[in-house]
Amino acid sequence: MPNERNIILSTKGLSKVFGFGRQKTLAVDHVDIDIYEGEVVSIVGESGSGKTTFAKMLLGLLKPTEGEIYFQGQKRDIRSRKKKKEYWKNIQAIFQDPYSSYNTFQKIDAVLLDCIRMRGDGKVPYEQKVEFMSEACSFVNLKFEELTNKYPFELSGGQMQRLMIARIFLLNPKILVADEPTSMIDACSRATILDMLMQLRDEIGMTIIFITHDIGLAYYVSDSVYIMERGKFVESGLPDEVILHPKEAYTQRLISDVPKIYEEWDLSTVEYSS
Amino acid sequence: MSNLILEVNDLSAKYITRYEENVYAVDHVSLKVEEGKSLGIAGESGCGKSTLALSMMGYYFPPLHYTSGEIIIDGRNISGMDPDDVRKSILGTEIAYIPQSAMNALNPTRKIINFIEDVYQAHDPYVTKEEVYELATGCCGVLGLPEEVLQKYPVELSGGMKQRTVIAVSVILFPQVLIADEPSSALDVTSQKMVIKMLKNLMEKGFIKSMIFITHELPLLYNVTDDIMVMYAAQIVEKAEAKEAVFDPLHPYSKGLMGSIIVPESGLRDVKLTSIPGVPPNLKDPPSGCQFAERCKYVRPECRVTNVELRDIGGGRAYRCIIPEDELRDIYQKEAEQNAQ
Repeated sequence: MPNERNIILSTKGLSKVFGFGRQKTLAVDHVDIDIYEGEVVSIVGESGSGKTTFAKMLLGLLKPTEGEIYFQGQKRDIRSRKKKKEYWKNIQAIFQDPYSSYNTFQKIDAVLLDCIRMRGDGKVPYEQKVEFMSEACSFVNLKFEELTNKYPFELSGGQMQRLMIARIFLLNPKILVADEPTSMIDACSRATILDMLMQLRDEIGMTIIFITHDIGLAYYVSDSVYIMERGKFVESGLPDEVILHPKEAYTQRLISDVPKIYEEWDLSTVEYSS
Repeated sequence: MSNLILEVNDLSAKYITRYEENVYAVDHVSLKVEEGKSLGIAGESGCGKSTLALSMMGYYFPPLHYTSGEIIIDGRNISGMDPDDVRKSILGTEIAYIPQSAMNALNPTRKIINFIEDVYQAHDPYVTKEEVYELATGCCGVLGLPEEVLQKYPVELSGGMKQRTVIAVSVILFPQVLIADEPSSALDVTSQKMVIKMLKNLMEKGFIKSMIFITHELPLLYNVTDDIMVMYAAQIVEKAEAKEAVFDPLHPYSKGLMGSIIVPESGLRDVKLTSIPGVPPNLKDPPSGCQFAERCKYVRPECRVTNVELRDIGGGRAYRCIIPEDELRDIYQKEAEQNAQ
């Protein structure tokens, strides 16, 4: 953790409303958050609590209904296409479904070359680009030579997600939004992905916003945890405080829902709801 | 001695691809499920867990083909039976299967109750709508599903609710065994817990006599099942009671798997997760010797040559590795000490 805690991204009263009239839903409800540089911040909540909507607003993919986003202390301005592209050099994302994150018609080296072009190294000689690409691939334990001539669908889910991280490594954004990056891959690859995210934080000092419904994962990776219920943060703080000594009933429920191995997993607390 | 419900002896199955290549997806698997017990099958994606489930049901539709071995359900040998007959006389009444995306099985244009009517009528053409409705409401009451669900369309239900509805429908004919193949992987933790509670309820209330639960989530398996089998590259590599499998794994692969467990309990934050490097072997052309040799930390030269059999070491435990039990424990002990330093 850096000694100086600089706020890199913050929101003031950020809200998003979907629909109107009787169908109106408040997906994100006046959220204030300060995200410090070089930290892994987890946002935990059940399905439908507004985590992904919040992330999409941070990324600039959805327009907030109300409220402001401040990037490095200044109000974020992404009204023009050019400014948006500039913003996306600083913030990037990994999504839940690796299978739908790639262009099926683009080979893997094209995916990576695109990243090099995006970060402004489009004019360097090809040999150097290959070097960049193999470096990125070795960061995520993939072999570049084996990948060059393949299409994304020829890889397994875990490999695809790792390639996604290789993209992030090449682009080197200041902030990474990881939206349930491990929920579609199996438990053994999951550890690898989480370790790579932490490596990004430790070696490059990337700020990571980690979104998950599994509080166990949040406990493992994060420096601070925010618990989201119906579009609001109900509890936040250090993982040891929030997860081992939760105050809110909602947090307690989320924790009790995760299967345990050292304590007894109490099934009697389940209430069926529709 | 309790009753054996399902017995699988030396079962092998393969896929035949378009190019006439054989993919050996189930390789000499034997297992027994007793009445009132549940069996868990763990393993990473692509190791053949789901194929094993399909093979156990006798569901041999191309490209899946039966090779050898026998399957005995409740004293009846179904190996070699025509898959269409299996579907009519075994599925639903003897074995029920819940795939991962079970909720997609619902027809969006029809109400849940119509779906249930279809299931009944496929097995008993003379059943009336009133009878079905009565049975379905009774079933819902016992399983904690609100009765209104029956009159709804699938789009009106949440993911967890759909999954629970499909589970309820799958046991409506009181099968002997329920095979649940990753029933909760697509759900969030809260809905997952409801699904698990429901599955446990099914056992307690006598809807099903035994259960086979397939997942890659080990903490979940530990909490749901009595025994755990670890599968790797189409073979069973370890068989043990749930507690032993999680806290005292013997096979190096199971050991690696247990190192990837993440739970929100104190102390686990400082534990370094271990992951197994490399990828599983290609099942089209399985290597000789131990299948895990390529990725094993403790590999020895003879591992790549000798075929290893599943070795029974008593107490219901078995594992597939040439290194003796005591030696493996020593190795793990030393490694743990080194990590602690």
